Amino acid sequence: MKSKKLKNKITTFLIVIAAYVIVEIFLLTGNVSSLLQGLLVPLCTYSLCAVGLNLCVGYLGELSLGHAGFMCIGAFTGAFFSVTTADIIQNDGVRFLLALIIGTGCAALFGFLIAIPVLRLNGDYLAIVTLAFGEIIKNVINVLYVGKDSNGWHVSINSQAELGLEPGGVTYINGAQGITGTPHSSNFTIGVILVLVALFVVYNLTDSRTGRAIMSIRDNQIAAESVGINVKKYKLLGFTVSTAIAGAAGVLYAHNLSTLTALPKNFGYNMSIMILVFVVLGGIGSFRGSVVAACILTLLPELLRGLSDYRMLIYAIVLIAMMLFNWAPDAIFFREQIMARIKKPKREV
Amino acid sequence: MKKRVISAVLAATMVCSLFAGCGGSGSKGGETADADTFRIGGIGPVTGAAAIYGSAVRNAEQIAVDEINAAGGINGYQVSLKFEDDEHDAEKSVNAYNSLKDWGMQILAGTVTTTPCIAVADKTSADGMFEITPSASSTDVIKNDNVFQVCFTDPNQGSASAKYISDKGLGSKIGIIYDSSDVYSSGIYAKFKEEAASLGLEIVSESAFTADSNTDFSVQLQDAKDAGADLMFLPFYYQQAAIVLKQAKDMGFAPAFFGVDGMDGILTLENFDTSLAEGVMLLTPFAADAADEKTQAFVKKYNEEYGETPNQFAADAYDAIYIIKAAAEAANVTPDMSVEEIGTALKGAMPSVSYDGLTGSGMKWEATGEVNKEPKGVVIENGVYVSID
Repeated sequence: MKSKKLKNKITTFLIVIAAYVIVEIFLLTGNVSSLLQGLLVPLCTYSLCAVGLNLCVGYLGELSLGHAGFMCIGAFTGAFFSVTTADIIQNDGVRFLLALIIGTGCAALFGFLIAIPVLRLNGDYLAIVTLAFGEIIKNVINVLYVGKDSNGWHVSINSQAELGLEPGGVTYINGAQGITGTPHSSNFTIGVILVLVALFVVYNLTDSRTGRAIMSIRDNQIAAESVGINVKKYKLLGFTVSTAIAGAAGVLYAHNLSTLTALPKNFGYNMSIMILVFVVLGGIGSFRGSVVAACILTLLPELLRGLSDYRMLIYAIVLIAMMLFNWAPDAIFFREQIMARIKKPKREV
Repeated sequence: MKKRVISAVLAATMVCSLFAGCGGSGSKGGETADADTFRIGGIGPVTGAAAIYGSAVRNAEQIAVDEINAAGGINGYQVSLKFEDDEHDAEKSVNAYNSLKDWGMQILAGTVTTTPCIAVADKTSADGMFEITPSASSTDVIKNDNVFQVCFTDPNQGSASAKYISDKGLGSKIGIIYDSSDVYSSGIYAKFKEEAASLGLEIVSESAFTADSNTDFSVQLQDAKDAGADLMFLPFYYQQAAIVLKQAKDMGFAPAFFGVDGMDGILTLENFDTSLAEGVMLLTPFAADAADEKTQAFVKKYNEEYGETPNQFAADAYDAIYIIKAAAEAANVTPDMSVEEIGTALKGAMPSVSYDGLTGSGMKWEATGEVNKEPKGVVIENGVYVSID
């Protein structure tokens, strides 16, 4: 049992590393299309998100529909740090690392604070409350104005004019227009390292005493309580780690684009549901599946560009087909039959 | 075992898709582009909530390119156009840009909406590609010197509106409703407010809505009514403006209404009672029923091909393609030049270009990318635009 788990873990790491090496080789030989080059960082971003949410959904057993909100917090705090310190910290790597720590930390902090009331609920109720929190985060950021001039910092929640900046003052967060001019600090290598770190964290967490406690709560809360497991503590821990990973994804996202806005499109509940789709398609509880599903579903609409007008329609149909193929009982049975047929001749030989 | 097989299959799919991506680059790489056609790319939302803007731009760019090709092309070379969808999302827009680059795009006529445009402008600047945006109006868009605008910048519209209202004495107590989740709307609002203060216009009511709450404006209107506003400034798009006009009428609130270029299109909105728009004033560079020959020819053609009346986005896009033509002819560029060479040449030629188009005559550009053209004030009378001046 133990060795099988270990093998599973190592396979996942190897897949990610192999994918990285293959892509790097193609990059070095200059054989990668611009489209794919541009997609490398988003692939890592969404893989991270999916891994984070899978911890929450698959191991903690709580359905969160607010992960895009935590990603949003990570993105904005990280980008804010980078934009404000762009002149002070010259080294790109150091600045990004600090931004990453701050973004992840803030997302974790908010995850923790939000989890205190939210985790009193469970099931559908919890899903709805996380959904609401995700929307609140997005809307608060949309009305936030932060600027700086010689008199120091100014904050407003009404309008940019209300900041009352002196001439020469800079508006860093401009309400709905968000943050512009974030330095391009993230790249594919950083993204892959983050995915590997996140995988390392979640695998070790789920494999540890803490992880087993978390899973016992998922399987039967009353039984877990009866053996003396501190349910609240472990729930909070699981949720916080999950939001921290989403925050890291947000930092990566923000440093890949020069403009960052909290639109329904990128940080709304649609995005939360998209992340959930990655998790469900990849298999609840399977981190490797999450990474693979996130990659496929991010690549798919881009590879379908040739279909122009029918692109999003075909994408939706492919999504349905993939879900059915992966998870419909009949499809699973059919696959097993095929596999048995393929395997048999091998054994005879 | 089963799981391992599934993941193997999925991993294989992923690798295949990677190779598919690579394969594309080999055959369509920028270097191997035909030497006898200009490749112009367009980016904008043709799916999702902002799809009408993107579709309008795509259609109009196609019309312009077809016309140019029929008339012998640019500098004697044919033009091919490819338009990619960005779903009004910055990340998707960068993907669209990269995909166009793989196709061999040399000049970008996009992107349509502002936020994605800021992200893409960063990429074009890094690649030295010439970019002209029909309708992305924020000043952040033209931060880099390779990007030019066909439309007014948001601050320009805001200050022009305030000046117009003040000069013509259209109202003394002004109420404003704006979309705080939209860069375009809040950009105009911020500048309008600043300019109004210096011109001595009194703003009695200002209230915001967001993309999530843009179907009911009774609260905002009531607030303006209670404050005694005699002119409502509505710096947002016509779909919402139509609801505002309807609700204002229902509650018996009849101030003067003043809109900006986003208001254009209100008369062609389906199921909209155009009598509600009587007396509405707007600043717009384009009016679909203008009497000049160019506009009429364009509107007729657009109507024939796509079965609808073009809006201001379409007109801006049509102009954008012709502006590229004008600049390319001034700089005498040829398709066998590299992206960067074309970019530098066009960039240098832009300040000397003067262009008469659908959205203004004698348009000129600053080296910064900002356009100089006169805003036109129109008022809706008997269902048609009539010039205020």
